[in-house]
Amino acid sequence: MSARPASPFARFALVSSALVLVALILVLPLISVFIEAFRGGVQAWFEAVSHPDAVAALKLTLWVAAIVVPVNVILGVVAGWALGKFEFPGRSLLITLIDLPFAVSPVVAGLLFILLFGRRGWFGPWLGDRGLEVIFAPTGIILATLFVTFPFVARELIPLMQSSGNEEEEAARVLGAGFFQTFFRVTLPNIKWALLYGIILCTARAVGEFGAVSVVSGHIRGQTNTLPLEVEILYNEYRTQAAFSVASLLACVALVALVVKALARKYSNERHRNDEKGVR
Amino acid sequence: MSIEVRGISKQFGTHAALDGVSILVEPGEFVALLGPSGSGKTSLLRIIAGLEQPDAGSVHFHGEDATARDAKDRKVGFVFQHYALFGRMTVFENVAFGMRVKPRANRPPESEIRRKVEELLHLVQLDWMQDRLPSELSGGQRQRVALARALAVEPRVLLLDEPFGSLDAKVRRELRSWLRRLHDEIHLTSLFVTHDQEEALQMADRVVLLHEGRIEQIGTPDEIRSRPASYFVREFLEIS
Repeated sequence: MSARPASPFARFALVSSALVLVALILVLPLISVFIEAFRGGVQAWFEAVSHPDAVAALKLTLWVAAIVVPVNVILGVVAGWALGKFEFPGRSLLITLIDLPFAVSPVVAGLLFILLFGRRGWFGPWLGDRGLEVIFAPTGIILATLFVTFPFVARELIPLMQSSGNEEEEAARVLGAGFFQTFFRVTLPNIKWALLYGIILCTARAVGEFGAVSVVSGHIRGQTNTLPLEVEILYNEYRTQAAFSVASLLACVALVALVVKALARKYSNERHRNDEKGVR
Repeated sequence: MSIEVRGISKQFGTHAALDGVSILVEPGEFVALLGPSGSGKTSLLRIIAGLEQPDAGSVHFHGEDATARDAKDRKVGFVFQHYALFGRMTVFENVAFGMRVKPRANRPPESEIRRKVEELLHLVQLDWMQDRLPSELSGGQRQRVALARALAVEPRVLLLDEPFGSLDAKVRRELRSWLRRLHDEIHLTSLFVTHDQEEALQMADRVVLLHEGRIEQIGTPDEIRSRPASYFVREFLEIS
């Protein structure tokens, strides 16, 4: 920026205050989760996380993620393809709509599903007559999570697919490649790191989503409680150590996501640099 | 194999990119589509390849109507202006691509693919580069890989979009005469787009001069030079 280099003192002050801030806001809370979780020893931690309610919550959470993430990957790739590679009327409106789940408070998103599928909602009675429960059932949790996590994959892919254009796909087509051959041999290798990055963010959010899920779940222990909801219930029952033990599972998911994310970034950047180097 | 387009028209919004264009390229001929930018020459090339659909008119290869056929089934070789090489594949895999995506029944065995790729890379004088990535090549080398890749599927015709457009003057001159020699060796019916009149007049058997989506003149370089058909042709040849 400015030509005058910052004095060593200013640099030291800036860097150290940034580090202190990061430590206070990000690292310290994370460490405290683990400290609290193991306060009563490994035995107590293990008892808390192996309690039937906690196990049921973990299972439900993993199930939700196992359904939501693949669905959002497919939707995200389709959306990224359509919006990144084609011009059509309503395109910019669609790009704005994709961000809607980010703009809307998750609680509002949850209420929206109650409005649609609740007992007194638009489709609730019709579905209820046929024995299909959405609200206060895993289906509702899956729908709410889908809604909240939809943008993660699509938003990673759209700018990338836009900038890489359509040329390689066209080249593949005139060389005789069909749609799926073009996708798997040409398009996918070009987006794989961004896709992985999106999948990780999507997974982390799907596992950790609280607001929207809280509204539609009904908090039935052992049935419709996900991990974040279980943490809240435990905490409200003043079982702090158990709450933090379950929370430590979520923290582990977050840590794994961060590591994979960092790796994906690194690889995609390396690729990028190699591309730059080669240009004339 | 001849290429014929009959009465091709194409609108982009309110702008008529092509307006009733008809051309016949004889088998083995080397024809230039010449015109200023915006004259519709690239659109015409893309329509012939099947990458774009005309609003009216038809495309024929060897007398046979291919207008409704998808790009992947037209068996044309297409060299893109910016080469459009597959950035994550080696030079070898780029050239092999067209053979690898063939339906299993007519896909050549691996040994045959290898032999063919090596032969083509030898033809374009890049056999020592087969394990490089496109990003490690110079512009002229990428151009030649793109050509080898297009030839690998044994196309019936070859279409080149501004093949020398993004090269510097010296490389461009070398590649021009090299491509012309290559054409004289393999005799593949070829149509290339250029905005450079010198390039067109020097390389092509015949030149098609396009202006605002219409044909101004078709003729051999000599005919066009000695008898320009319109004021536009005369002016275009002089100023550019």
